[in-house]
Amino acid sequence: MSEPSAVSGQRSAGIRFDNLSWHAGTFRLEGVSFSVPAGNYAVLMGRTGCGKTTLLEILCGLRRPAGGRVLIGERDVTALPPGERGIGYVPQDGAMFPTMTVRDQIGFALKIRHWSAATITARVQELSGQLGVAHLLDRLPQHLSGGERQRVALGRALAAKPSVLLLDEPLSALDEELRDELAALLKRVHREFGLTALHITHSRREAEQLADVVFRMEAGQVTAAQAKVGGG
Amino acid sequence: MSSPAQRLSPFWVSLGVVAGLYLFFLLAMLVATASYSSPEKLVEALGKREIQHSIVLSLITCTITALLSLLLAVPVGYLLARARFPGKHWLEAALDIPIVLPPMVMGLCLLILFQTPLGRFVENATVQFTYTVFGVVLAQFTIGAAFAVRTMRHTFDHLSARPEDVAMTLGCTRAQAVWLVTLPAARRGMFAAASVAWARSLGEFGPILVFAGATRMKTEVLPTTVWLELSVGNLEAAVAVSLLMVLCAMCVLAAVKWVGEEV
Repeated sequence: MSEPSAVSGQRSAGIRFDNLSWHAGTFRLEGVSFSVPAGNYAVLMGRTGCGKTTLLEILCGLRRPAGGRVLIGERDVTALPPGERGIGYVPQDGAMFPTMTVRDQIGFALKIRHWSAATITARVQELSGQLGVAHLLDRLPQHLSGGERQRVALGRALAAKPSVLLLDEPLSALDEELRDELAALLKRVHREFGLTALHITHSRREAEQLADVVFRMEAGQVTAAQAKVGGG
Repeated sequence: MSSPAQRLSPFWVSLGVVAGLYLFFLLAMLVATASYSSPEKLVEALGKREIQHSIVLSLITCTITALLSLLLAVPVGYLLARARFPGKHWLEAALDIPIVLPPMVMGLCLLILFQTPLGRFVENATVQFTYTVFGVVLAQFTIGAAFAVRTMRHTFDHLSARPEDVAMTLGCTRAQAVWLVTLPAARRGMFAAASVAWARSLGEFGPILVFAGATRMKTEVLPTTVWLELSVGNLEAAVAVSLLMVLCAMCVLAAVKWVGEEV
Protein backbone atom coordinates (compact mmCIF):
# COMPACT_ATOMS: atom_id res chain seq x y z
CA MET A 1 0.00 0.00 0.00
CA SER A 2 1.32 3.44 -0.88
CA GLU A 3 1.54 6.10 1.79
CA PRO A 4 -1.02 8.81 1.10
CA SER A 5 0.33 12.33 1.44
CA ALA A 6 -2.83 13.76 2.98
CA VAL A 7 -3.02 12.90 6.67
CA SER A 8 -6.78 12.75 6.89
CA GLY A 9 -9.81 12.87 4.65
CA GLN A 10 -10.40 9.27 3.62
CA ARG A 11 -12.71 8.87 0.65
CA SER A 12 -15.94 7.36 1.92
CA ALA A 13 -17.75 4.56 0.15
CA GLY A 14 -21.29 3.32 0.63
CA ILE A 15 -22.11 -0.10 2.12
CA ARG A 16 -24.54 -2.47 0.46
CA PHE A 17 -25.85 -5.83 1.63
CA ASP A 18 -27.40 -7.62 -1.30
CA ASN A 19 -29.71 -10.58 -0.60
CA LEU A 20 -27.41 -11.83 2.15
CA SER A 21 -28.05 -15.09 3.98
CA TRP A 22 -26.40 -16.76 6.94
CA HIS A 23 -27.18 -20.00 8.81
CA ALA A 24 -25.84 -21.33 12.09
CA GLY A 25 -27.89 -24.11 13.68
CA THR A 26 -31.43 -22.81 14.04
CA PHE A 27 -30.35 -19.18 13.63
CA ARG A 28 -30.88 -17.83 10.11
CA LEU A 29 -30.63 -14.58 8.25
CA GLU A 30 -32.38 -14.71 4.87
CA GLY A 31 -32.39 -12.24 2.03
CA VAL A 32 -31.00 -9.30 3.99
CA SER A 33 -30.71 -6.29 1.69
CA PHE A 34 -30.05 -2.71 2.69
CA SER A 35 -27.57 -0.01 1.93
CA VAL A 36 -25.88 2.85 3.72
CA PRO A 37 -25.22 5.81 1.41
CA ALA A 38 -21.60 7.00 1.18
CA GLY A 39 -20.68 9.45 3.90
CA ASN A 40 -23.68 8.63 6.11
CA TYR A 41 -23.59 7.64 9.76
CA ALA A 42 -25.92 4.66 9.97
CA VAL A 43 -27.14 3.15 13.22
CA LEU A 44 -28.40 -0.43 13.27
CA MET A 45 -30.70 -1.27 16.17
CA GLY A 46 -32.29 -4.51 17.27
CA ARG A 47 -32.72 -6.92 20.16
CA THR A 48 -29.84 -8.90 21.63
CA GLY A 49 -29.22 -12.05 19.59
CA CYS A 50 -31.08 -10.81 16.49
CA GLY A 51 -27.94 -11.03 14.34
CA LYS A 52 -26.59 -7.47 14.30
CA THR A 53 -23.07 -8.48 15.27
CA THR A 54 -23.15 -11.38 12.79
CA LEU A 55 -24.02 -8.93 10.04
CA LEU A 56 -21.16 -6.66 11.07
CA GLU A 57 -18.75 -9.61 11.17
CA ILE A 58 -19.85 -10.63 7.67
CA LEU A 59 -19.14 -7.08 6.54
CA CYS A 60 -15.72 -7.29 8.23
CA GLY A 61 -14.98 -10.59 6.49
CA LEU A 62 -14.75 -12.50 9.77
CA ARG A 63 -17.69 -14.71 8.79
CA ARG A 64 -18.53 -16.05 5.37
CA PRO A 65 -22.16 -15.63 4.30
CA ALA A 66 -24.12 -18.61 2.96
CA GLY A 67 -25.32 -16.49 0.05
CA GLY A 68 -25.58 -12.97 -1.30
CA ARG A 69 -23.06 -10.18 -1.70
CA VAL A 70 -21.47 -7.43 0.34
CA LEU A 71 -20.36 -4.30 -1.48
CA ILE A 72 -18.25 -1.42 -0.24
CA GLY A 73 -18.53 1.38 -2.77
CA GLU A 74 -18.73 -0.36 -6.13
CA ARG A 75 -16.43 -3.16 -4.99
CA ASP A 76 -17.81 -6.64 -4.25
CA VAL A 77 -15.87 -7.56 -1.10
CA THR A 78 -17.73 -10.81 -0.32
CA ALA A 79 -14.70 -12.99 -1.01
CA LEU A 80 -11.99 -10.55 0.11
CA PRO A 81 -9.98 -11.14 3.30
CA PRO A 82 -10.81 -8.71 6.15
CA GLY A 83 -7.65 -6.66 5.74
CA GLU A 84 -8.33 -5.85 2.08
CA ARG A 85 -11.81 -4.42 2.56
CA GLY A 86 -10.78 -0.92 3.59
CA ILE A 87 -12.68 -1.06 6.88
CA GLY A 88 -11.96 0.06 10.43
CA TYR A 89 -13.56 -2.07 13.15
CA VAL A 90 -14.19 -1.04 16.75
CA PRO A 91 -15.65 -3.88 18.87
CA GLN A 92 -17.62 -3.47 22.07
CA ASP A 93 -14.83 -3.78 24.63
CA GLY A 94 -12.15 -2.22 22.45
CA ALA A 95 -10.41 -5.63 22.12
CA MET A 96 -7.02 -4.14 22.88
CA PHE A 97 -3.92 -6.14 21.99
CA PRO A 98 -2.91 -7.16 25.53
CA THR A 99 0.87 -6.77 25.27
CA MET A 100 1.15 -3.68 23.05
CA THR A 101 1.46 -0.05 24.09
CA VAL A 102 -1.05 2.48 22.79
CA ARG A 103 1.59 3.64 20.29
CA ASP A 104 1.99 0.13 18.87
CA GLN A 105 -1.75 -0.47 18.80
CA ILE A 106 -2.43 2.67 16.76
CA GLY A 107 0.51 2.00 14.45
CA PHE A 108 -0.31 -1.70 14.04
CA ALA A 109 -2.16 -1.57 10.71
CA LEU A 110 0.57 0.66 9.26
CA LYS A 111 3.36 -1.66 10.35
CA ILE A 112 1.54 -4.58 8.75
CA ARG A 113 1.30 -2.53 5.57
CA HIS A 114 5.05 -1.79 5.71
CA TRP A 115 4.79 1.97 6.07
CA SER A 116 8.09 3.61 6.95
CA ALA A 117 8.85 4.14 10.64
CA ALA A 118 8.82 7.93 10.25
CA THR A 119 5.41 7.95 8.55
CA ILE A 120 4.00 5.61 11.18
CA THR A 121 5.28 7.89 13.95
CA ALA A 122 3.76 10.93 12.27
CA ARG A 123 0.40 9.22 11.74
CA VAL A 124 0.30 7.92 15.35
CA GLN A 125 1.11 11.41 16.66
CA GLU A 126 -1.55 13.01 14.50
CA LEU A 127 -4.30 10.50 15.36
CA SER A 128 -3.48 10.37 19.06
CA GLY A 129 -3.72 14.17 19.16
CA GLN A 130 -7.06 14.19 17.37
CA LEU A 131 -8.48 11.53 19.69
CA GLY A 132 -7.05 12.94 22.93
CA VAL A 133 -4.77 10.03 23.75
CA ALA A 134 -1.38 11.62 22.98
CA HIS A 135 -0.43 11.48 26.68
CA LEU A 136 -1.13 7.70 26.81
CA LEU A 137 1.13 6.50 23.98
CA ASP A 138 3.49 4.49 26.18
CA ARG A 139 0.79 2.86 28.31
CA LEU A 140 -0.33 -0.75 28.15
CA PRO A 141 -4.07 -1.45 27.83
CA GLN A 142 -4.45 -2.66 31.42
CA HIS A 143 -3.59 0.87 32.53
CA LEU A 144 -6.32 2.53 30.44
CA SER A 145 -9.87 3.43 31.48
CA GLY A 146 -12.87 2.21 29.47
CA GLY A 147 -13.17 5.52 27.62
CA GLU A 148 -9.46 5.63 26.85
CA ARG A 149 -9.59 2.10 25.48
CA GLN A 150 -12.37 3.03 23.09
CA ARG A 151 -10.46 6.09 21.91
CA VAL A 152 -7.39 3.95 21.28
CA ALA A 153 -9.51 1.33 19.50
CA LEU A 154 -10.89 4.10 17.32
CA GLY A 155 -7.40 5.38 16.54
CA ARG A 156 -6.23 1.87 15.71
CA ALA A 157 -9.19 1.40 13.35
CA LEU A 158 -8.66 4.76 11.63
CA ALA A 159 -4.88 4.55 11.20
CA ALA A 160 -4.82 2.91 7.77
CA LYS A 161 -7.41 5.40 6.47
CA PRO A 162 -10.39 3.12 5.91
CA SER A 163 -13.37 4.26 3.87
CA VAL A 164 -15.82 2.57 6.22
CA LEU A 165 -15.94 2.56 10.03
CA LEU A 166 -17.78 -0.28 11.78
CA LEU A 167 -18.66 0.08 15.44
CA ASP A 168 -20.16 -2.73 17.52
CA GLU A 169 -21.78 -1.19 20.59
CA PRO A 170 -18.71 0.97 21.20
CA LEU A 171 -20.29 3.00 24.01
CA SER A 172 -22.25 0.32 25.88
CA ALA A 173 -19.59 -0.40 28.51
CA LEU A 174 -19.19 3.27 29.47
CA ASP A 175 -20.96 5.42 32.03
CA GLU A 176 -23.42 8.04 30.81
CA GLU A 177 -21.19 11.10 30.95
CA LEU A 178 -18.41 9.34 29.09
CA ARG A 179 -20.91 8.08 26.53
CA ASP A 180 -21.95 11.60 25.57
CA GLU A 181 -18.31 12.63 25.36
CA LEU A 182 -17.40 9.71 23.09
CA ALA A 183 -20.56 10.11 21.01
CA ALA A 184 -19.47 13.69 20.34
CA LEU A 185 -16.02 12.41 19.41
CA LEU A 186 -17.51 9.83 17.02
CA LYS A 187 -19.59 12.52 15.39
CA ARG A 188 -16.55 14.76 14.96
CA VAL A 189 -14.42 11.91 13.59
CA HIS A 190 -17.16 10.97 11.14
CA ARG A 191 -17.40 14.52 9.89
CA GLU A 192 -13.67 15.29 9.75
CA PHE A 193 -12.59 11.98 8.24
CA GLY A 194 -15.48 11.85 5.78
CA LEU A 195 -16.26 8.20 6.53
CA THR A 196 -19.28 6.00 6.06
CA ALA A 197 -20.12 4.57 9.48
CA LEU A 198 -22.24 1.62 10.58
CA HIS A 199 -22.84 1.65 14.33
CA ILE A 200 -24.65 -1.10 16.22
CA THR A 201 -26.43 -0.14 19.42
CA HIS A 202 -29.40 -0.79 21.68
CA SER A 203 -29.54 2.83 22.70
CA ARG A 204 -32.15 5.14 21.19
CA ARG A 205 -30.21 8.05 22.63
CA GLU A 206 -27.07 7.09 20.71
CA ALA A 207 -29.15 6.78 17.54
CA GLU A 208 -30.61 10.24 18.08
CA GLN A 209 -27.19 11.73 18.81
CA LEU A 210 -25.35 10.18 15.89
CA ALA A 211 -27.49 8.75 13.12
CA ASP A 212 -28.09 10.11 9.67
CA VAL A 213 -30.04 6.97 9.00
CA VAL A 214 -31.43 4.35 11.40
CA PHE A 215 -31.98 0.71 10.51
CA ARG A 216 -33.88 -1.79 12.60
CA MET A 217 -33.22 -5.51 12.58
CA GLU A 218 -36.14 -7.82 13.33
CA ALA A 219 -36.86 -11.45 12.50
CA GLY A 220 -33.75 -11.73 10.35
CA GLN A 221 -34.64 -8.68 8.24
CA VAL A 222 -33.28 -5.14 8.18
CA THR A 223 -35.57 -2.20 7.49
CA ALA A 224 -34.86 1.52 7.37
CA ALA A 225 -36.57 3.04 10.39
CA GLN A 226 -35.91 6.72 9.79
CA ALA A 227 -33.58 9.03 7.96
CA LYS A 228 -32.65 12.56 8.84
CA VAL A 229 -32.99 14.97 6.00
CA GLY A 230 -29.65 16.45 5.15
CA GLY A 231 -27.76 14.07 7.46
CA GLY A 232 -24.88 14.81 9.81
CA MET B 1 -15.13 -15.89 54.10
CA SER B 2 -15.62 -12.21 54.59
CA SER B 3 -16.56 -11.79 58.28
CA PRO B 4 -15.03 -13.27 61.49
CA ALA B 5 -18.37 -14.96 62.27
CA GLN B 6 -18.18 -16.80 58.94
CA ARG B 7 -14.58 -17.80 59.54
CA LEU B 8 -15.44 -19.38 62.87
CA SER B 9 -18.51 -21.25 61.69
CA PRO B 10 -18.30 -25.06 62.04
CA PHE B 11 -18.58 -25.35 58.25
CA TRP B 12 -15.41 -23.38 57.52
CA VAL B 13 -13.59 -24.88 60.50
CA SER B 14 -14.26 -28.42 59.27
CA LEU B 15 -13.05 -27.52 55.75
CA GLY B 16 -9.95 -25.98 57.28
CA VAL B 17 -9.29 -29.13 59.32
CA VAL B 18 -9.55 -31.36 56.22
CA ALA B 19 -7.17 -29.12 54.26
CA GLY B 20 -4.83 -28.89 57.25
CA LEU B 21 -4.67 -32.67 57.72
CA TYR B 22 -3.83 -33.20 54.06
CA LEU B 23 -1.12 -30.52 54.17
CA PHE B 24 0.28 -32.09 57.36
CA PHE B 25 0.41 -35.49 55.64
CA LEU B 26 2.32 -34.03 52.64
CA LEU B 27 4.77 -32.11 54.82
CA ALA B 28 5.30 -35.09 57.13
CA MET B 29 6.35 -37.22 54.16
CA LEU B 30 8.81 -34.61 52.92
CA VAL B 31 10.24 -33.85 56.36
CA ALA B 32 10.65 -37.57 57.14
CA THR B 33 12.50 -38.12 53.85
CA ALA B 34 14.65 -35.02 54.32
CA SER B 35 15.64 -35.99 57.87
CA TYR B 36 16.34 -39.63 57.02
CA SER B 37 19.89 -38.98 55.90
CA SER B 38 22.76 -36.71 56.93
CA PRO B 39 24.08 -33.93 54.64
CA GLU B 40 27.46 -35.71 54.38
CA LYS B 41 25.84 -38.87 53.07
CA LEU B 42 23.76 -36.86 50.63
CA VAL B 43 26.88 -35.17 49.26
CA GLU B 44 28.63 -38.54 49.06
CA ALA B 45 25.73 -40.09 47.14
CA LEU B 46 25.45 -37.15 44.75
CA GLY B 47 29.21 -37.39 44.12
CA LYS B 48 28.86 -40.83 42.50
CA ARG B 49 29.72 -40.82 38.82
CA GLU B 50 26.61 -42.76 37.82
CA ILE B 51 24.32 -40.46 39.75
CA GLN B 52 25.94 -37.35 38.30
CA HIS B 53 25.45 -38.78 34.82
CA SER B 54 21.82 -39.45 35.64
CA ILE B 55 21.33 -35.88 36.92
CA VAL B 56 22.82 -34.37 33.76
CA LEU B 57 20.86 -36.72 31.48
CA SER B 58 17.63 -35.92 33.32
CA LEU B 59 18.15 -32.17 33.05
CA ILE B 60 19.00 -32.37 29.33
CA THR B 61 16.21 -34.77 28.33
CA CYS B 62 13.56 -32.93 30.39
CA THR B 63 14.50 -29.61 28.81
CA ILE B 64 14.40 -31.05 25.28
CA THR B 65 11.06 -32.72 26.08
CA ALA B 66 9.63 -29.46 27.47
CA LEU B 67 10.58 -27.57 24.29
CA LEU B 68 9.23 -30.31 22.00
CA SER B 69 6.03 -30.47 24.05
CA LEU B 70 5.56 -26.73 23.67
CA LEU B 71 6.05 -26.98 19.89
CA LEU B 72 3.18 -29.47 19.80
CA ALA B 73 1.03 -27.89 22.51
CA VAL B 74 0.82 -24.38 21.02
CA PRO B 75 -0.79 -25.35 17.68
CA VAL B 76 -2.90 -28.18 19.11
CA GLY B 77 -4.04 -26.10 22.10
CA TYR B 78 -4.98 -23.28 19.72
CA LEU B 79 -6.86 -25.65 17.43
CA LEU B 80 -8.88 -27.06 20.34
CA ALA B 81 -9.61 -23.65 21.82
CA ARG B 82 -10.60 -21.81 18.64
CA ALA B 83 -11.80 -24.24 15.98
CA ARG B 84 -15.12 -26.07 15.76
CA PHE B 85 -15.10 -29.19 13.65
CA PRO B 86 -16.81 -32.59 13.49
CA GLY B 87 -15.26 -35.14 15.85
CA LYS B 88 -13.66 -32.50 18.09
CA HIS B 89 -14.84 -34.30 21.24
CA TRP B 90 -13.20 -37.50 20.02
CA LEU B 91 -9.94 -35.67 19.34
CA GLU B 92 -10.03 -34.15 22.83
CA ALA B 93 -10.63 -37.57 24.36
CA ALA B 94 -7.84 -39.13 22.28
CA LEU B 95 -5.37 -36.45 23.36
CA ASP B 96 -6.05 -37.39 26.97
CA ILE B 97 -5.02 -41.02 26.39
CA PRO B 98 -1.46 -40.46 27.67
CA ILE B 99 -2.90 -38.89 30.84
CA VAL B 100 -5.39 -41.64 31.66
CA LEU B 101 -3.42 -44.73 30.55
CA PRO B 102 -1.08 -46.31 33.13
CA PRO B 103 2.44 -44.98 32.36
CA MET B 104 3.90 -48.48 32.18
CA VAL B 105 1.32 -49.39 29.52
CA MET B 106 2.33 -46.31 27.52
CA GLY B 107 5.91 -47.58 27.58
CA LEU B 108 4.80 -51.00 26.41
CA CYS B 109 2.73 -49.43 23.60
CA LEU B 110 5.81 -47.45 22.50
CA LEU B 111 7.97 -50.56 22.55
CA ILE B 112 5.46 -52.51 20.45
CA LEU B 113 4.98 -49.59 18.02
CA PHE B 114 8.69 -49.66 17.25
CA GLN B 115 8.51 -53.40 16.52
CA THR B 116 6.00 -52.75 13.72
CA PRO B 117 7.02 -51.99 10.10
CA LEU B 118 6.07 -48.33 10.66
CA GLY B 119 8.24 -48.10 13.77
CA ARG B 120 11.16 -49.83 12.05
CA PHE B 121 10.81 -47.49 9.08
CA VAL B 122 10.92 -44.44 11.40
CA GLU B 123 14.01 -45.80 13.18
CA ASN B 124 15.72 -46.54 9.87
CA ALA B 125 14.87 -43.07 8.55
CA THR B 126 15.87 -41.18 11.70
CA VAL B 127 17.59 -42.61 14.78
CA GLN B 128 17.35 -45.66 16.99
CA PHE B 129 14.78 -44.94 19.75
CA THR B 130 14.42 -48.26 21.53
CA TYR B 131 16.82 -48.54 24.52
CA THR B 132 18.57 -45.23 23.72
CA VAL B 133 18.60 -41.66 25.03
CA PHE B 134 16.29 -40.72 22.14
CA GLY B 135 13.87 -43.26 23.58
CA VAL B 136 14.09 -41.52 26.96
CA VAL B 137 13.03 -38.24 25.33
CA LEU B 138 10.26 -39.90 23.31
CA ALA B 139 8.87 -41.68 26.39
CA GLN B 140 8.92 -38.40 28.36
CA PHE B 141 7.41 -36.49 25.43
CA THR B 142 4.54 -38.96 24.98
CA ILE B 143 3.17 -38.09 28.41
CA GLY B 144 4.58 -34.60 29.04
CA ALA B 145 3.15 -33.23 25.76
CA ALA B 146 -0.39 -34.27 26.75
CA PHE B 147 -0.13 -32.14 29.90
CA ALA B 148 1.35 -29.23 27.92
CA VAL B 149 -1.52 -29.43 25.39
CA ARG B 150 -4.04 -29.22 28.25
CA THR B 151 -2.32 -26.17 29.68
CA MET B 152 -2.11 -24.38 26.32
CA ARG B 153 -5.75 -25.14 25.52
CA HIS B 154 -6.72 -23.66 28.88
CA THR B 155 -4.54 -20.61 28.12
CA PHE B 156 -6.11 -19.97 24.69
CA ASP B 157 -9.61 -20.59 26.12
CA HIS B 158 -9.02 -17.67 28.45
CA LEU B 159 -7.69 -15.33 25.74
CA SER B 160 -10.43 -13.54 23.79
CA ALA B 161 -10.43 -14.17 20.04
CA ARG B 162 -11.65 -10.62 19.47
CA PRO B 163 -8.21 -8.95 19.32
CA GLU B 164 -7.23 -11.49 16.63
CA ASP B 165 -10.35 -10.55 14.66
CA VAL B 166 -9.42 -6.89 14.92
CA ALA B 167 -5.86 -7.65 13.81
CA MET B 168 -7.26 -9.37 10.73
CA THR B 169 -9.39 -6.35 9.83
CA LEU B 170 -6.18 -4.30 10.15
CA GLY B 171 -4.45 -6.37 7.47
CA CYS B 172 -3.12 -9.52 9.17
CA THR B 173 -3.62 -13.05 7.99
CA ARG B 174 -4.88 -15.42 10.71
CA ALA B 175 -1.31 -16.72 11.21
CA GLN B 176 0.07 -13.18 11.59
CA ALA B 177 -2.70 -12.28 14.03
CA VAL B 178 -1.87 -15.32 16.17
CA TRP B 179 1.87 -14.66 15.99
CA LEU B 180 1.72 -10.91 16.67
CA VAL B 181 -1.24 -10.62 19.03
CA THR B 182 -2.18 -13.92 20.66
CA LEU B 183 1.16 -15.63 21.28
CA PRO B 184 2.72 -12.64 23.09
CA ALA B 185 -0.38 -12.59 25.31
CA ALA B 186 -0.03 -16.35 25.89
CA ARG B 187 3.61 -16.26 27.03
CA ARG B 188 2.82 -17.01 30.67
CA GLY B 189 0.70 -19.95 29.62
CA MET B 190 3.55 -21.15 27.38
CA PHE B 191 5.95 -20.96 30.31
CA ALA B 192 3.48 -22.88 32.47
CA ALA B 193 2.97 -25.53 29.75
CA ALA B 194 6.72 -26.05 29.30
CA SER B 195 7.21 -26.20 33.07
CA VAL B 196 4.44 -28.77 33.52
CA ALA B 197 5.96 -30.91 30.76
CA TRP B 198 9.43 -30.52 32.30
CA ALA B 199 8.31 -31.46 35.81
CA ARG B 200 6.20 -34.36 34.56
CA SER B 201 9.14 -35.66 32.51
CA LEU B 202 11.51 -35.43 35.46
CA GLY B 203 9.35 -37.89 37.40
CA GLU B 204 8.61 -40.22 34.48
CA PHE B 205 9.71 -43.75 35.22
CA GLY B 206 7.49 -46.55 33.86
CA PRO B 207 7.58 -45.76 30.14
CA ILE B 208 11.32 -45.01 30.25
CA LEU B 209 12.07 -48.28 32.03
CA VAL B 210 10.08 -50.31 29.49
CA PHE B 211 11.00 -48.42 26.31
CA ALA B 212 14.50 -47.05 26.96
CA GLY B 213 15.73 -49.46 29.61
CA ALA B 214 17.67 -48.77 32.81
CA THR B 215 21.27 -49.00 31.67
CA ARG B 216 23.71 -47.16 33.95
CA MET B 217 25.65 -44.33 32.30
CA LYS B 218 23.41 -44.69 29.24
CA THR B 219 19.63 -44.36 29.70
CA GLU B 220 19.55 -43.89 33.46
CA VAL B 221 17.54 -40.84 34.55
CA LEU B 222 16.78 -39.77 38.13
CA PRO B 223 13.71 -41.97 38.77
CA THR B 224 15.66 -44.90 37.31
CA THR B 225 18.47 -44.12 39.78
CA VAL B 226 16.07 -44.21 42.71
CA TRP B 227 14.79 -47.58 41.55
CA LEU B 228 18.27 -49.01 40.85
CA GLU B 229 19.67 -47.83 44.19
CA LEU B 230 16.62 -49.17 46.06
CA SER B 231 16.91 -52.52 44.30
CA VAL B 232 20.46 -52.97 45.64
CA GLY B 233 19.46 -51.79 49.12
CA ASN B 234 21.26 -48.45 48.95
CA LEU B 235 18.53 -46.41 50.60
CA GLU B 236 20.87 -43.44 51.31
CA ALA B 237 21.51 -42.81 47.62
CA ALA B 238 17.83 -43.33 46.74
CA VAL B 239 16.87 -40.73 49.35
CA ALA B 240 19.53 -38.28 48.11
CA VAL B 241 18.29 -38.48 44.53
CA SER B 242 14.67 -38.28 45.69
CA LEU B 243 15.42 -35.11 47.61
CA LEU B 244 17.07 -33.63 44.56
CA MET B 245 13.91 -34.36 42.56
CA VAL B 246 11.75 -32.81 45.29
CA LEU B 247 13.93 -29.70 45.12
CA CYS B 248 13.58 -29.51 41.30
CA ALA B 249 9.79 -29.98 41.51
CA MET B 250 9.51 -27.25 44.11
CA CYS B 251 11.60 -24.87 41.97
CA VAL B 252 9.28 -25.49 39.00
CA LEU B 253 6.20 -25.03 41.18
CA ALA B 254 7.57 -21.78 42.57
CA ALA B 255 8.56 -20.52 39.09
CA VAL B 256 5.11 -21.25 37.65
CA LYS B 257 3.38 -19.55 40.59
CA TRP B 258 5.76 -16.61 40.35
CA VAL B 259 5.29 -16.04 36.63
CA GLY B 260 1.58 -16.64 37.10
CA GLU B 261 -0.48 -19.18 35.21
CA GLU B 262 -3.23 -16.68 34.59
CA VAL B 263 -3.08 -14.81 31.29
